[in-house]
Amino acid sequence: MKEKKLKKQSQLLEILKRLTKNKAAMVGLVIIVIMALIAVFAPWIAPYGYEQADYYNIFQPFSKEHLLGTDQLGRDILSRLIYGSRYSLKIGIYSVAMAATAGAIIGSLAGYFGGVVDDVIMRILDIINSIPGLVLSIAVAAILGPGFTNCIIALAFGTTPMYARMIRASILNIRKMEYLEAATSINCSSARIIFRHILPNAISPLIVMATMSVAQSILTAASLSFIGLGVQPPEPEWGAMLADARTHLRQYPRLVLVPGITIMIAVLSLNILGDGLRDAMDPKLKD
Amino acid sequence: MARYILKRLLLMIPVILGVCILVFTIMYFAPGDPAQVILGGNATKEQYAELREKLGLNRSYFERLFEYMRNVFLRFDFGTSYVSGASVSKEILSRFPRSLLIAFVSMIITLAAGIPLGITAATHRNKAGDYATMLFSLVGVSMPGFWVGQMLQVLFAIYLAILPFGGYTAGHPEFYVLPCVAASIGGIASIARQTRSSMLEVIRADYITTARAKGQTEHAVLYKHALKNALIPVITSAGMSFGITMGGALVIETVFALPGLGMYIVSGINGRDYPVVQGGIIFISIAFSIVMLLVDLVYAFVDPRIKTQYQGEHKKRSKAGKKQAAAGGVS
Repeated sequence: MKEKKLKKQSQLLEILKRLTKNKAAMVGLVIIVIMALIAVFAPWIAPYGYEQADYYNIFQPFSKEHLLGTDQLGRDILSRLIYGSRYSLKIGIYSVAMAATAGAIIGSLAGYFGGVVDDVIMRILDIINSIPGLVLSIAVAAILGPGFTNCIIALAFGTTPMYARMIRASILNIRKMEYLEAATSINCSSARIIFRHILPNAISPLIVMATMSVAQSILTAASLSFIGLGVQPPEPEWGAMLADARTHLRQYPRLVLVPGITIMIAVLSLNILGDGLRDAMDPKLKD
Repeated sequence: MARYILKRLLLMIPVILGVCILVFTIMYFAPGDPAQVILGGNATKEQYAELREKLGLNRSYFERLFEYMRNVFLRFDFGTSYVSGASVSKEILSRFPRSLLIAFVSMIITLAAGIPLGITAATHRNKAGDYATMLFSLVGVSMPGFWVGQMLQVLFAIYLAILPFGGYTAGHPEFYVLPCVAASIGGIASIARQTRSSMLEVIRADYITTARAKGQTEHAVLYKHALKNALIPVITSAGMSFGITMGGALVIETVFALPGLGMYIVSGINGRDYPVVQGGIIFISIAFSIVMLLVDLVYAFVDPRIKTQYQGEHKKRSKAGKKQAAAGGVS
């Protein structure tokens, strides 16, 4: 037992070691960690409150007092971005966690039981899959109405089928493996087979995909907010800030430029980290 | 091949019916009373009740679903807009060509730019060209498409003033330029990545070594032997990008105030005009299914292995299905 534990840890360490060798991925990781810290400590870091309006100083350019300027109500943009990271990161992580959990359950049911269960689930997923993800999220968000929680549910709804399919596919692949035959032949219980042998082997693509989808979710959430379905202004979610600044695009393009670049940096770091994780977890995939 | 096409067409029917049922069911739970949306707040109780009866809102879910499906599939009637009272089908048909044009042109831009970028990256592997294209594509997939649209507006419509800021006048193709470019950025990036990785995979294959060994020029090795095989997975990912582009184009249309299907749906959402949202989404999904079917057919046409798999016996067929599902899940 003890030896097994050691072996498992060394595998994890090896993945981490490979990840730390990837400089780009480490840069991505560092940026994400910094952003998460900023989100956690927002009230202490932000120079102003996110709703603190100052009507004498509207549309201020970049300056010492307001590093990234102020918006149409004189609110400090940097502070709003800092508070906004709470919303955007939470939306990204929660929606992915929700979709991955639901998808993993549905996918394992389909993959493990097979037969009629598999057929029914897969046909339903086929139907959901023939609606483009963003369109499906828009439909669900339109019914639930705008708001933080509804936005998360809408995003999760659009991406669940993807996880379900992936988990099912990897379970189907694993079921044919010889080590499962070996496990069965030494009389392992099916619960032990699922939790000790199938899931750990099926989960690494899930982790990689989840990292990438947090990035995708942040982008989709921005789109939803932009058409008035996600988090609503005056909440400082990044997409909502873009929607809010839209009418001032002609005169003050920086109001749109700055939140957009913030979204890009966050999403880019997550994508780089996801790429790095994929390479680290499966060296075969690395070309 | 004809049998394969027929089979796929038949398989599409339940999927489209299912989409219709799914969207109807989602919309069925929409809050708010349509009668109130139509009449506004200043009508009598009797007027509301009368209208609800007329719209069939008092009937059961199954009756309404059946009625809706019958109207959609037998008469191509998606109902009437609550807000304007106009026929949703007519409006969709007049707007759809614009959305389709954006999606199509973006797709052409995506392939025309993404594939060469991917090839360049693969042939210059681990050199400056590779890093530059991969950085470009990482940045490309990391930007919201609508924001790219806004930045293009600032650059080309405000500072350079060479293209219109937004809106649409019939017969002026310049209104499409920026929306199409904005809608294709994300796709270019993902196609470039896919092309690069499948090129790198193919280049290691034995038949490439054989081609080089027999003295084939490098150009012919790359474009005749490698690219043909490398493009097969790219086709699938192009099909998926098409769906993403279509979804993204909905939002981009609102940025450019281009009166396509996307703007129609968004205006429907904001006005709680559910027949519009429902009809628009069902229509887009049907269009998307048709595109995915075409992609699958192209796939079978390009890759003889799939064709033979489908021509084989039943056992082989189910294997191919599983393989496809697995491939679809991973990519």
